[in-house]
Amino acid sequence: MSQFTIKDDEVDIVIGALQPDLTSFMEQWRPFFSRFHLIIVQDPDLKGELKIPEGFNLNLYTKSDIDKVVGSSSNAISFSGYSCRYFGYLMSRNKYIISIDDDCIPAKNSNGEPIDAISQHIINLTTPATPFFFNTLYDPFCEGADFVRGYPFSLRSGVECGLSCGLWLNLADYDAPTQSLKPDLKNSRYVDAVLTVPARTMLPVSGINISFNNELVGPALLPAFRLAKEGKVRWETVEDIWTGMCVKVVCDHLRLGVKSGLPYVWRQERGNAVESLKKEWEGVKLMEDVVPFFQSVRLSESAVTAEDCVVEIASSVKEHLGPLNPTFDRAAETMVEWIKLWKRVRAN
Amino acid sequence: MAAAAPPLKDELDIVIPTIRNLDFLEMWRPFFQPYHLIIVQDGDPSKTIKVPDGFDYELYNRNDINKILGPRSSCISFKDSACRCFGYMVSKKKYIFTIDDDCFVANDPSGKQINALEQHIKNLLCPSTPLFFNTLYDPFREGADFVRGYPFSLREGVPTAVSHGLWLNIPDYDAPTQLVKPRERNSRYVDAVLTIPKGTLFPMCGMNLAFDRDLIGPAMYFGLMGDGQPIGRYDDMWAGWCIKVICDHLGLGVKTGLPYIWHSKASNPFVNLKKEYKGIFWQEEIIPFFQSATLSKDSTTVQKCYLELSKQVEEKLGKVDPYFVKLADAMETWIQAWDELNPTKAN
Repeated sequence: MSQFTIKDDEVDIVIGALQPDLTSFMEQWRPFFSRFHLIIVQDPDLKGELKIPEGFNLNLYTKSDIDKVVGSSSNAISFSGYSCRYFGYLMSRNKYIISIDDDCIPAKNSNGEPIDAISQHIINLTTPATPFFFNTLYDPFCEGADFVRGYPFSLRSGVECGLSCGLWLNLADYDAPTQSLKPDLKNSRYVDAVLTVPARTMLPVSGINISFNNELVGPALLPAFRLAKEGKVRWETVEDIWTGMCVKVVCDHLRLGVKSGLPYVWRQERGNAVESLKKEWEGVKLMEDVVPFFQSVRLSESAVTAEDCVVEIASSVKEHLGPLNPTFDRAAETMVEWIKLWKRVRAN
Repeated sequence: MAAAAPPLKDELDIVIPTIRNLDFLEMWRPFFQPYHLIIVQDGDPSKTIKVPDGFDYELYNRNDINKILGPRSSCISFKDSACRCFGYMVSKKKYIFTIDDDCFVANDPSGKQINALEQHIKNLLCPSTPLFFNTLYDPFREGADFVRGYPFSLREGVPTAVSHGLWLNIPDYDAPTQLVKPRERNSRYVDAVLTIPKGTLFPMCGMNLAFDRDLIGPAMYFGLMGDGQPIGRYDDMWAGWCIKVICDHLGLGVKTGLPYIWHSKASNPFVNLKKEYKGIFWQEEIIPFFQSATLSKDSTTVQKCYLELSKQVEEKLGKVDPYFVKLADAMETWIQAWDELNPTKAN
């Protein structure tokens, strides 16, 4: 594997707990999690105490912790459901954050051995990205690969990687309409590649299996886009899609890279696509408006940090998308609140 | 052994440039024999290149090229595989597959032989998705689809103009990389086809390439390389940058990934370095040129786009080296020759 000389204490693994019993999840990940510090955030809507096995170095945050930091007024930022993990990001002081949904377990390679998704994310984050020109052999920094003939030499040192998006075997991250139409469609194709998503190209960032450089882009991983009927299965959310587009705009502007591909995790069945179809439809419609906006938004030269970028994006959202739907207006306001919260928490 | 009729049997030509021999065709026979071949013989026209029995083909040597194109033959390179684009021009088919004579049938991870041509055809016949990146790669492949968050309004995709395949064994490295890593072999089989996003350039390799002649053919000019030229091994790169700008402008897609072929010969890195040397410096100017090139709304056909591009090449790259003035001229000559040989497609 490539050399990566980061210290274990530079990493936080943040898990949003949407189910009460994390035993099976944590035991399956134990070989890969145990070296690192974990932050577990319990969905504030989930009542009762979480079951977590012993032997991990972790901090657990629950509703009362969230209320203490954020306040419990009705217009405070909501960390309910999948958004609970953002509280973990807020609390983290480490450079690299890796986050996996609690219904995913390690995938297996062709020898039947579990795949260390954590190591792969760390490799992705600590090797350069190449967003300005496409390398046809994918990640040129991977062992056994390189830049191909015709790749400009001045672009071969690459840029820092801000975000690494992993993939899913078994239950892929399809939307409810797709999964309802093709209930037997399971992802069994293991694509052995990591690639940089080119600059100015948008993508759907799934929060299921993700990691990022907290120092570079942390503030842009934000809980802003809530559907009116957002639910507790991924088919009933688009919050990560919104956040992902914000992060991509930020990375493109700050000349950072976004990678996609390995590692895979094995995603287990949960929920009913047909049921979710009724709820997620609103999100599907809203995304159509959102895409042209994100593809064309440009930030000013004075936006030199992720915080600056988020504030500018929020202002642009309010101006251009706000009039289309109140959800966008709320998203813009939440983004601004989030940055204030981020700065306040960091200052303490 | 395929039971069904070979797809696009009468609509696809296989263009092969060669200067040595066509022995490699024996291995490809089960996959290529149903198709028509266009052999472009480079180098000494008095040499006879034997085509293995049983193939339906036309063969052109330099004398043929000069006879057919007359003075316009100046745009076709000599002593460089760039001459293959003559084959694109004389073809009467809708689709072209081009392959180098040192490329053989590869095996997939299960050990099965890969029918590269069949995969290229699949790639060309289903849409591309350049406007938004699908994290599960080609959504039209069996076993895949668009992921959550992919805009529905973009799920129809656009027509695919180019299918760019890859290589196992000897990878397509430039001379400096070959010198530093003479032993590196590509053994990673990446089971993906993906669309190269709009606005992104890539290094297009001509070793294992297919395209829709109707959609993009006139832009597939492989430039002035080889004998009498200051540069070599940038023919396919040049075509790749041109076609990408034009595909982006016309709303067409370019795919890369599968199929793999087995590339058997590593060319001499010192010879390569001499050929590429100028290109390595020039590409630092060329890339920003293509990255910022825009075409006018009035350029609605490939030929119009290409001619507009050639004027920009002369204007902006002419200052880098007089070679580009010559090249811009050759680009124009190419279009004239193309239109003459393909009259019904001319605008």
